[in-house]
Amino acid sequence: MARLDLRKKLEILADAAKYDASCASSGAGKRNSVGGKGIGSTEGMGICHAYTPDGRCVSLLKILLTNFCIYDCAYCINRVSSNVPRARFSVQEVVDLTLNFYKRNYIEGLFLSSGIVQSGDYTMEELVRVARILREEHDFRGYIHLKLIPEADPDLVAQAGLYADRLSANIELPRDEALARLAPQKDAGVIKKAMGQVRQRVEAARPAKKDRKRPPRFAPGGQSTQLIVGADGAPDGEILERSASLYGGYGLRRVYYSAFSPIPDSSAQLPLSKPPLIREHRLYQADWLMRFYGFSAPEIASATPDGMLDLAVDPKLGWALANRASFPVDVNLAERETLLRVPGLGVRSVDRILKVRRYRTLRLEDIQRLTRSLDKIRPFITTLDWNPGGLTDAADLKARLVKPREPEQLSLF
Amino acid sequence: MRTVRLESETDLDGWRTHARALLFEGVQPAHAAFRTGTTTAGLFEEVAPPSPAPASLALTVPRAFMDLAAAVALHRSEDRFDLLYRLLWRLQQDRHLLNIVSDRDVADAMERAKNVSRASHKMKAFVRFRRIGDAGDERWIAWFEPAHRVLERTAPFFQRRFTTMRWTILTPDGTADWDGKHLTFGPPATKDQAPEGDDVEEFWKTYYASTFNPARLKTKMMQSEMPRRYWANLPEAALIPELVARAAVREEAMVRAPATPTNARLSRATAPVVERATTNEVVPTSLPALAAGVQGCRRCPLWRDATQAVCGRGPTQAPLMIVGEQPGDQEDLAGEPFVGPAGQVLDAALAEADLDRNAAWITNAVKHFKHEPRGKRRLHKTPDAGEVQACRWWLDAERALVKPRLIVTLGATAALGVLGRKIAVTKERGRPVRLDDGTAVLPTVHPSYLLRLPDAEMREAERARFIADLKAAKALLADAE
Repeated sequence: MARLDLRKKLEILADAAKYDASCASSGAGKRNSVGGKGIGSTEGMGICHAYTPDGRCVSLLKILLTNFCIYDCAYCINRVSSNVPRARFSVQEVVDLTLNFYKRNYIEGLFLSSGIVQSGDYTMEELVRVARILREEHDFRGYIHLKLIPEADPDLVAQAGLYADRLSANIELPRDEALARLAPQKDAGVIKKAMGQVRQRVEAARPAKKDRKRPPRFAPGGQSTQLIVGADGAPDGEILERSASLYGGYGLRRVYYSAFSPIPDSSAQLPLSKPPLIREHRLYQADWLMRFYGFSAPEIASATPDGMLDLAVDPKLGWALANRASFPVDVNLAERETLLRVPGLGVRSVDRILKVRRYRTLRLEDIQRLTRSLDKIRPFITTLDWNPGGLTDAADLKARLVKPREPEQLSLF
Repeated sequence: MRTVRLESETDLDGWRTHARALLFEGVQPAHAAFRTGTTTAGLFEEVAPPSPAPASLALTVPRAFMDLAAAVALHRSEDRFDLLYRLLWRLQQDRHLLNIVSDRDVADAMERAKNVSRASHKMKAFVRFRRIGDAGDERWIAWFEPAHRVLERTAPFFQRRFTTMRWTILTPDGTADWDGKHLTFGPPATKDQAPEGDDVEEFWKTYYASTFNPARLKTKMMQSEMPRRYWANLPEAALIPELVARAAVREEAMVRAPATPTNARLSRATAPVVERATTNEVVPTSLPALAAGVQGCRRCPLWRDATQAVCGRGPTQAPLMIVGEQPGDQEDLAGEPFVGPAGQVLDAALAEADLDRNAAWITNAVKHFKHEPRGKRRLHKTPDAGEVQACRWWLDAERALVKPRLIVTLGATAALGVLGRKIAVTKERGRPVRLDDGTAVLPTVHPSYLLRLPDAEMREAERARFIADLKAAKALLADAE
């Protein structure tokens, strides 16, 4: 086989990696290159260095070490039965690309994944080798996210956590039965066990008061996972329950939802249509409600007739419309938990309301300045000078709040 | 009208000196104006001579105000210093003003500070260095146009990140230079002072184009996060029009393409398919077979949210079998029974009763962890009678293989699993009963019951009773020998 030049490899192996939605570079804590031999820093907050026209952030150099793979997962561009062009980076090539990109301030670091070649252990070893060379030979202090090969030996997982800021193993499908059908070589049990191991190690690395010496470092940015939406028949309610179970069981930082999108040379087993992007968006909103607004998965699902989130309204508004007896709430008196359930009030707005009302009784114009969209909030609150009256229970409230959909915009260019 | 001319666009110190003086004189905000070098005085404006306030003037403002002012001063709006003076004036009347974030002036200042902070963040993101010079003598130069005057505020970030590189950032407001030891600021620069290209840029553009998914076009989202004002200095942005223009065609081609035959060459090396037959009815013939078999159990839905089934541990043919309720959070992760907090209570009690944990077969009535997720934790839920009944199939198989002489059941669920009927544990504890096959069963409480008791005295008393039950078990074992 002819040797591919490096740019061609980059093209193939970036294309092969882009279906993984995660690009976060946050949560690694603070460190920088002052006093070091190399470059790099992380300051807690992630940085998106560019955005592609799909609206996704480019924070990390997200590539595969190789897209050769011995698995045959129907939804994956790299499955063994696919005819896409194949390539493989050498460890050194990935190291050089990362450093060259980093020095020019294109990226926050590296997100390295790989097709499974030879075995889980061999593949994981190669991933760890890249991270080790970056950290030890180049004193690289930027962000590293490594994909966890669930089948790999626990010792390799421990090493990965030593060098990486974040680890992730993808659960892929909400239903284990679908995994059997679409990814016959993958085992949900093995993936969950790998996540469990990561959770135990992350917890063990958290210094306790009694520890005299810091325990060895382990993935300070925690772990995340990804669920593909729309490749099996799982309804949103089931997807959210799976997420809640993963957050609770393995202390995940994030669950990413990836609308199944057509891939080159796709399998005949799967629907070939436009990816359900609005559905994906609603799932992210619902996920947010679970993590920051005190909603449980069954609560969110209870407001949906068929377990599918309403595409026309955000899930919080959907919940409020289905639970109008809980409204209106008095913004001058209500507790934080109650305010968080008001459609249109975000965590920041709620915190600001709580701050201001210590000094002043709030009027509608105050709320206007503290939030973005008064229209959505108004039917659900009372203020010193506002009472929604019958508006809260109006039969056509949903129609009044939902703007008629704009005509499909084809292109801005 | 008193107009004050400041020395530079970001002359916060000058503003402070003048603002103090004006405040001391009692000049109302409506009658004071602050102008910087580039703006000309209006026709009727009186340019105030610098009139420093008496040094003795004690003027205190909350620290938060100085932080806010430092950010607002970098905003490109013309009236930024006027707004700050108005806030300073009003702060004298109301010390809590800054907490009233719905106040028009406070909200306005916070919004401008936010814009400045965003501009600084975008500068961290969108500066692109180009290399000049060869290895050993390389320098890194960037040309950048920040949305607000954030160069000095943001340069230390690059110093911390690229400490070992020599770099210069050129902007229309000034330049920042790091020589490896010192960070210095210089006069405004122009774009032609920056290098025109860099050999790695083509790789970066290749990456940018390849990581874009044409099936998910969301250009509005892209533009809100990467506003067009920055595009001129981003090498990758030149690709955007073509990527967008071709997206629909590329997506259509993927959707329309007929399914291709399987890749014959690679498919020969495919990993083995995972064995996932349901094992509900497979009678295990050994303990290892049981441990493996229970993983494929679908007799009840508890398997779905658990990490794994947790089977018993211990020596085969152990005379003593200890049955708990179900694995907990830690057991579910570890795949072993009684390794969490309740396990520690059990271990300590066994030791006091002079029973060897390692000589007993330790298991649970239900093999999967029943729980309810709550944020980043899992709350234990008691398995219902149906689940206990479903799992008895495995517990019975386990008993048949271990053949213990005595079974100690911990708590009501364990008793239900072993005896097949509900008992009142507090009434029947410590009294052995016989199963049909002659095995003795001694019910007692579950160690997690001891963990939940709020009162220390009561906890100690209950612990003593628990140990007494275990001692009774030891005596029963000795009798049977």
